[in-house]
Amino acid sequence: MQELTHETMTAVFEEIFGRSLFWLMVAAVALITLGYIYVLVRDRAVSWRKFLLAQLSMPLGAVLAVWFVMAMTRSRLSDIGGPVDVMLLLGIAALGAVGMAILVYTVEALIGSRRTTGGGDVR
Amino acid sequence: MNRRKFLNIAMAGGAAAALAPGPGDAQVAPVETSARIVIIGAGAAGTALANRLVRRLDGAEITLIDPRHDHLYQPGLTLVAAGLKPAGYVVSDTAGWLPEGVTWLPERVAAVDAEARTVSTESGQRLDYDWLVVAPGLVLDHDAIEGFNLDMVGQDGIGALYAGPEHAARTWAAASRFAEEGGTGLFTRPATEMKCAGAPLKHTFLIDDIGRRAGNAGRMNMIYAAPQSALFGVPIVAEKVRMLFEDRGVETMMNRTLTAIDAGARRATFAVDGGTEEVDYDYIHVIPPQRAPDFVVQSGLAWADRWTDQGWVEVDMQTLRHLRHPEIFALGDVAGVPKGKTAASVKWQVPVVEDHLVAAIEGREGTATYNGYTSCPMITRIGRAMLIEFDYRNNLVPSFPGIIAPLEELWISWLMKEVALKPTYNAMLRGRA
Repeated sequence: MQELTHETMTAVFEEIFGRSLFWLMVAAVALITLGYIYVLVRDRAVSWRKFLLAQLSMPLGAVLAVWFVMAMTRSRLSDIGGPVDVMLLLGIAALGAVGMAILVYTVEALIGSRRTTGGGDVR
Repeated sequence: MNRRKFLNIAMAGGAAAALAPGPGDAQVAPVETSARIVIIGAGAAGTALANRLVRRLDGAEITLIDPRHDHLYQPGLTLVAAGLKPAGYVVSDTAGWLPEGVTWLPERVAAVDAEARTVSTESGQRLDYDWLVVAPGLVLDHDAIEGFNLDMVGQDGIGALYAGPEHAARTWAAASRFAEEGGTGLFTRPATEMKCAGAPLKHTFLIDDIGRRAGNAGRMNMIYAAPQSALFGVPIVAEKVRMLFEDRGVETMMNRTLTAIDAGARRATFAVDGGTEEVDYDYIHVIPPQRAPDFVVQSGLAWADRWTDQGWVEVDMQTLRHLRHPEIFALGDVAGVPKGKTAASVKWQVPVVEDHLVAAIEGREGTATYNGYTSCPMITRIGRAMLIEFDYRNNLVPSFPGIIAPLEELWISWLMKEVALKPTYNAMLRGRA
C-alpha cells in the first residue's frame, strides 16, 4: 500500500453510496453517537432496562446491515465464496447489530417509553 | 460510528489491494529546475505522472499533449457493457484532473524528432523538450476486421466494448438481447498485445451469468474464440479459467483469429492453420487488433525486432526508459513491455518513471524498478471475482496472501472491482496513490 489516506477512503465511500447518501449517513451516525454520549452523561449510568429492548433489536440491525450492503453492491448471499467473505459478512452483521443497539438505546433514552421512564411496570 | 466502522473494515481490503505497495514516495523538498518536460497523453499515465511531478519539481515547464477532452475510466467499460453501470460512469473531464501549473495542449501529436528533441502536432506546432514521456495509449484497429465498422455496434448482435463508453452501452443493448433470446454467442480477442487481457473473459462470464439468471442457460451456446493456445497469459490462471469455463459450459475455439464478419448473415470468419473457418453467431463480441499510434513507429521510437506489426515503444522493462534515447520514457499501453496494459500497471509504472526522471534532472541515477506487476479483478459472475495479480515472470503476487486467495471466486474481490477500484483509480490520477 502506498498511501491509504482519509481522502481515498472517503472517496471510496462516496463512490459506493453516492455523495449525498454517504454524507447523510455520516451525519446520521454522528448525530446518534452524540445523542448516545449525551444520554450516558445525562443519566450517569447505563440503564439495563433500556438495554433490554436495545439487545432485542440487535438481530434486526444485523440483518438490515447485511441487506443494505448486499443491495448497494448488487450482491446476493450466494456470492459468499470463501472464509474471508464469511468473516466480512459477520463483521458487517456485528457492526449493524451494535449500531442498532446504540440507536435504540439512544432513542429510548431520549424519547422514553413507559417501560423505561415510569420505572414501575416492566411489561 | 457503527456504519463507518463496518464499512471501513469492509472496504479497507478493497482500497488496500488496489493501492498495494509500490516504489517509495518519500516527502522531500521539490527539486528546482527549469527542465522542459513534454508528456504525450493525458490519460491515466500522463495525468498521474503530471500530478506527481508538480510536487517533486519546482520551476519545471510541464506540457501535456492530448486531443481528447473526455477522460475515460477504462476499467469501467466491462461493467457498462454488462448493464451494471451507465455510460457516464466512465467519463470525466480531462482538465479537471490536471494540476495547476501545467499546460495542456489539446492536439494530436504528428511526430517526435528524438535527435532534435522536438514534438510536433498535427496543427503544425513544435515543442522543444528536455525530457519526453510517451503515454498516448493505443489505437484500436477496427478496420482490420473485414466487414466490421463501429456504426454496427449494438445492432445485429454485434458488441465492441473497448471502443468507448457509448459503444460499451450499445454492446450491452446487443448482449442483453442475446441473454434474453439465446443462440450462439461468440466472444473473441485479437492476436496482438491488448489492453486488459482479462476483459474478454469478464465479458464472457458476465453475459453467461446474466443469461443464466434470466433462466436462459439452456438456450445459450457460449463460445470463447482466441488466437492464442491458452485462455490467459499466466499459465496457472489459464488453467483456472479453463476449469471455470468447463463448469459454466463455455466452449473454446483456440488458435483462431477473427478476420471478418458478415453482419447481415451473422457469420464470423476466423483464420486457422493457414485456412479459414466460418462460424454462425447470434451475438459476437469484437475486440480488434491493437497497435501504437502511427507517430511512434514513424518517429523511430518503436522496437525494431519485437512486435513489429504493433509498434510499441522500445523501453527497458525495469525502468521504462527508452533504450536508445535516455531522455525519453514510455508509460501505459504504448510501452513495449510484456503484459501491463492495465490501469494497475500504470499505477506501478508511474512512480518508477517519476523516480528516474527526477533523479536524472538532479544528475543522478534513479533506483526504482517496475517488476511487471499488474492486476486483474477477474469477474466470474455478478457478485464474485478473482483478484488476480501477477508480474513479468507469471508469478502470482497477491496483495493479501493467505487472506484473499487469488484463484478463488470471492465476494470481497467483486466488491473491490465494483466499488473500490474507481476511487482508487481517481486517487492515482491525482498522484495520491
